Amino acid sequence: MKFFIMLCAFMCSSISIAQSCTNTLTGYVIDLHDQETLVDATLSIEELGNIIKTDAKGKYTFSNLCNGATYTIRVSHPLCNTQTINVTINGDTERTINMEHHLEELGEVSITGEAKKNGGKTAIESQVSNEIIQANSAGSLGDALNQLSGVSSLNTGNTVVKPVIQGLHSSRVVLITEGTRLQDQEWGVEHAPNIDLNNAGSISVIKGAAGLQYGGDAVGGTIIVNPKRIPISDSLYGETLLTGVTNGRGGSVTTSLTKSYNSGWYASFQGTLKRFGDFEAPDYILSNTGADERDAAVRIGVNKYSYGVEASYSIYNNKLGILRASHVGSAADLANAINSDRPLFIEDFTYDINPPRQEVKHQVARLNAYKRFDDIGKFSFQYDFQQNNRLEFDIRRDSEDVRPAIDLELRTHSATLDFEYTADNTIDAKAGLLARTQTNFPDPTTGIRRLIPDYDRVDFGVYALASKTLDAWTIEGGVRYDYNFIDAQKFYRTSFWEARGYDVLFPELVVEDLGTQILTNPEFTFHNVSATAGVGYDFNDLYSITANYALSSRAPNPSELFSDGLHQSAARIELGDIRFDQETSNKVSVALSRLPAGRQESFWDGWSFTVAPFANFISDFILIEPTGSQQSLRGNFQVWEYRQTDARLLGIDVDNEFRVSEHFSINNQLSIVKGQDTTLDLPLINIPPVNTTNRITYTNKKWHNLKVSAESQYVFRQNEFPNNNFEIFIVETDQNILVDVSTPPDAYHLINLRGQLDFTVSNKSTLQVALAVNNLFDTSYRNYLNRQRFFADDLGRNVSLQLKINY
Amino acid sequence: MKSIKSIQTYIIALATGIIAFSCSSDDDNTPIVINDEEVITTVRVQLTSTAGSVTLQSLDSDGEDGPNVPVITITGDVMANTTYAGTVTFLNETETPAEDITEEVEEEDDEHQVFFTPAAGLNITTEYGNFDDDGNPLGTVFTLTTGDASNGNFTVTLRHEPTKPNSGLADAGGETDVEVTFDVTVQ
Repeated sequence: MKFFIMLCAFMCSSISIAQSCTNTLTGYVIDLHDQETLVDATLSIEELGNIIKTDAKGKYTFSNLCNGATYTIRVSHPLCNTQTINVTINGDTERTINMEHHLEELGEVSITGEAKKNGGKTAIESQVSNEIIQANSAGSLGDALNQLSGVSSLNTGNTVVKPVIQGLHSSRVVLITEGTRLQDQEWGVEHAPNIDLNNAGSISVIKGAAGLQYGGDAVGGTIIVNPKRIPISDSLYGETLLTGVTNGRGGSVTTSLTKSYNSGWYASFQGTLKRFGDFEAPDYILSNTGADERDAAVRIGVNKYSYGVEASYSIYNNKLGILRASHVGSAADLANAINSDRPLFIEDFTYDINPPRQEVKHQVARLNAYKRFDDIGKFSFQYDFQQNNRLEFDIRRDSEDVRPAIDLELRTHSATLDFEYTADNTIDAKAGLLARTQTNFPDPTTGIRRLIPDYDRVDFGVYALASKTLDAWTIEGGVRYDYNFIDAQKFYRTSFWEARGYDVLFPELVVEDLGTQILTNPEFTFHNVSATAGVGYDFNDLYSITANYALSSRAPNPSELFSDGLHQSAARIELGDIRFDQETSNKVSVALSRLPAGRQESFWDGWSFTVAPFANFISDFILIEPTGSQQSLRGNFQVWEYRQTDARLLGIDVDNEFRVSEHFSINNQLSIVKGQDTTLDLPLINIPPVNTTNRITYTNKKWHNLKVSAESQYVFRQNEFPNNNFEIFIVETDQNILVDVSTPPDAYHLINLRGQLDFTVSNKSTLQVALAVNNLFDTSYRNYLNRQRFFADDLGRNVSLQLKINY
Repeated sequence: MKSIKSIQTYIIALATGIIAFSCSSDDDNTPIVINDEEVITTVRVQLTSTAGSVTLQSLDSDGEDGPNVPVITITGDVMANTTYAGTVTFLNETETPAEDITEEVEEEDDEHQVFFTPAAGLNITTEYGNFDDDGNPLGTVFTLTTGDASNGNFTVTLRHEPTKPNSGLADAGGETDVEVTFDVTVQ
C-alpha cells in the first residue's frame, strides 16, 4: 500500500513537470439524494484562490488549469455540508460533485414546495412531514395521515386505523414502504396497516391511481412511506422519542441509531415499544382496548453516486384489544347494544388484553441495489420477502380454549426492476417490471371454518411513464399492465354451494364432495390495464394548475370473492361472489395552487393554497349491502351480499396557509366527498362526512424555537347515507323493533393544543419537549367512520408529553 | 459500447433472478376440512311427566350462517295443569358422532345461563333445576308447569357470559349463543 502511494506521488510529480495550463474542469454539482442539480453552489480552488458559482443549471467551469496538476476544490452550498475534494487534471476534465444535505436538514425534511414528487408531476399528492410523524409517534400511521386534507380513516376503536383516501379504503389503497408493496391482508376493514410509523422519514399520499410504478389497482390512492435519509459523511447519530399519554395510561419509546461513513457505507437501527391499557371515553372506560406493540428495523448498505446496495429487515408485532362491548352474538344483541347509551361491558381499567383481540406479526426482508450508467440512467433492482401472521382471538364458548379463531399466514415474494432515464434534464422517464408470488395459509387448528381460503397467487406487472417539461408546460403519461392469477382451494358448505346455484354454474370446480362440505378449486385470471395522463401549467412564479386523468382497474379481493359466513363484530352474514370481475375507475383530478411568495412585502405574500377537485367514476364497483335476513338458532341475522354496481365519487380538498407575520401562521383545510351508487341512485355507505380543520400557530425561533398551536377540528354530520335498517324480534318484550345501523352520528367539534420547546444540551445534542392536549373539552362524540360507534363513544381528553433527544 | 454491454449483462442477471424465484411456488397441498367446533346445530328441550313426554327440537343442519333454515319439530302434546321435568340439550351434529355441547355449558356453568320466555297468554311457568357454584341458575335442567289450555311462543335462550345474578334476559347482557322460539299449544 505504501509502495502504491509512493508510486502515485512519484508519477504525479513527474507529470507535473511537463504541464501546460490551458485545460478546463467542468461538471455539475448534484444533490446526492434526489439527483437534482444545485444552483449557486460556491466552488473555490484553494491553490489558486479563484471562486466561482454554479449556474442556473447547476454547472460550473474552471478554466486555465494545468494538465496533470492536482487541485484541492472546496464546494459549499447553503443546504449542504461543505466538502473538499482533490481533482487531478487530465486534459479537459469533467467531474460531477455530489453534495450531502446537512444532518439537521435531514432530520426535518421539509416536503413542501420543491421536494421531488413520487407520483409524477401532475398527480395530486400530499405529504406528511417528519415533524407530524414524530408528533404522532405514539399513534399509528392512520393518525398521522389524518392530518392531510382528503385523507380520513376507517377505525375499529382507536388502535385499528385504516387510511381512507378521498372516500376509498382497504384494497383500493396501496401502501408502499421502502419500495415494497405491503401485503398484510389489507382487504379487511378491521386490518390496519402493519407498519411502524416511527420508521418513516416522510410519507406521501397520491390521491388516485397516478402512481403507476407502484401498482395499477390503486383506485383510491397510494401511500408511500419514504425511509429516513442517511448522509454520506462520517457520523454517528441517534434520536430517542419518549411519549407518555394520560388516556390509555401508557406511552411509547422509539429510538434510532445510525452510523455512516464518507465512503457511503452505513448501518442503522430503529426500535419502538408501545404499551397502553384501556382507553377512556369521557364518561366511561372502553374495556379491552389496550395495545402492545414491539417493532424493530435494521438497514445496512452502501450509497455511492454510481451504485448502491442495501439490505434491510423489519419486524412489526402488535397485540390489540377489541372493545369487549362490540362483540355480539346475535342481531338482537346488536339491537340492545345500539339502543343502550353506554356500552354493555364496562369494567375497571386494566392493562390486560383479553379476547376479542388481534395479534399480528409482519416481517419484511429486503435487498435492493442500483447502478447508474452515465448518459442513460439508473437501474434499480429489489427483491423482498414478506410474511404476515394474523391471529384473531374471539370469545369462545369454552373460555379455556385459547386457540385463535382466525390464524392466517401470508407469504409474499416480490422482485422489481426499474429503470429511470436521467440523460435529459427536461424529460423524466421510468419503466419497470414486477413479479410476485403469494401464498395464503389459514391454519386449520382453529377448529373454525376458514374465513379466507388457501390460495396461491402470481402477479406480473410492467409499466412505463414519462413526463416532459417545456417552459411553463409539463405533460406526462404512463401505462401499466398487470396480470393476476389466483389458484384457491376453498371449502364451501354444500347448502351454500347449492343455494347460490354454483353447483349448476361451476360443477367443474368441485374437487371432493365431503357431504356437508365441498372442496373446490376456483382459479381466477385477471388482466388489468391502467394508464395516466396529465398536464401542468405554471402561470407565473405564484400560480400553477395541474390536471390528471387516471385509469385503474382492481381485481376483487379474497373477502369479496370468498366470504360465506357470519361476521361476528357486525352480527351479520356476509356473502362474497366468485363471479366478480375487476372494477375499473376513471378519475380526473385538478389542482390549482398558489405558492408563498419569496418576499413579504404585501399582506397577501404569505398566502398559499391548493384547491383540488376530483371526480372518480367507477364501473363494477364492489360494495356490500343488505339483501335480506336469515333465520338461525341465534335468531334472525341480516344477510349482506357483495354486489357490483357503478359508483361516482365527487369531491374537493382545499388547503390554505397564511403566514400572517414572522411569528403567526394560520392553516385551514376542508375536505368534501360525495359518493353515489349511480345504478340505484342511492348514496354510498361509509363516505367520510365533510370536515374542516383550522389551526393557528405561533413560532418564535429566538426563544427556544417555541412553537404553539391551537387546532379546531369540525366534523359535520354525514347526511347522505343508505338506509340499511332492519327489524328484529325481541324475546323479552315480545315485539319487533327497528335496528338502526344507518343513521350517522351527530357533528362534533374538537379542540387540540400543542406546544414545543427546543433546548441545547450540548453542541451535538438537543432536547425537544412537547406537550399536547387532544379533545381539550373532553367532548363526547361518535365518529361515523368508526365501526365501534354503535357500541361506545370515541376517546375523551388525552394529555401527552413528549421528549425528543437528538444526539 | 462497453457501458451498453454491461447494461445487457446486468439486465440478464436480474431477469434470471426474477424467473428463478417466481417459479418456486409450492405445489398444491390439499387443505384439510374443518368441521366447525363452535357450531350448535340442534337445540332439544325434553319434557317428561306422568302425563307423557314432549320433545321440542330446532335443527339447523348447516349451522348459524348456512342458508338452511332451522327445522322445528314438536313431538307429543303439552298437557294443561301438568308439571314437567325438563332438560335442554345442545348438539353439534356436523360432527360424527354428534358433539354434546351441553357438557361444555355445564362445565362452565358460571359463564352460561339458559332463559325460558313464555309469551304473554301462554300459561307456562318455569323454575331452574340446576345452578352454578355461586348458586346462580344455569337452566339446562328445569321444571315446567302448565296452567290452563293456551297457545303462544315459548323461547329458549342461551347466553354466554351474562351478568350473574340477573333478573332476566333484559339485564343479563352477554352474548346470545342460542335463541329458539317454539309455537306451543297447551291442551
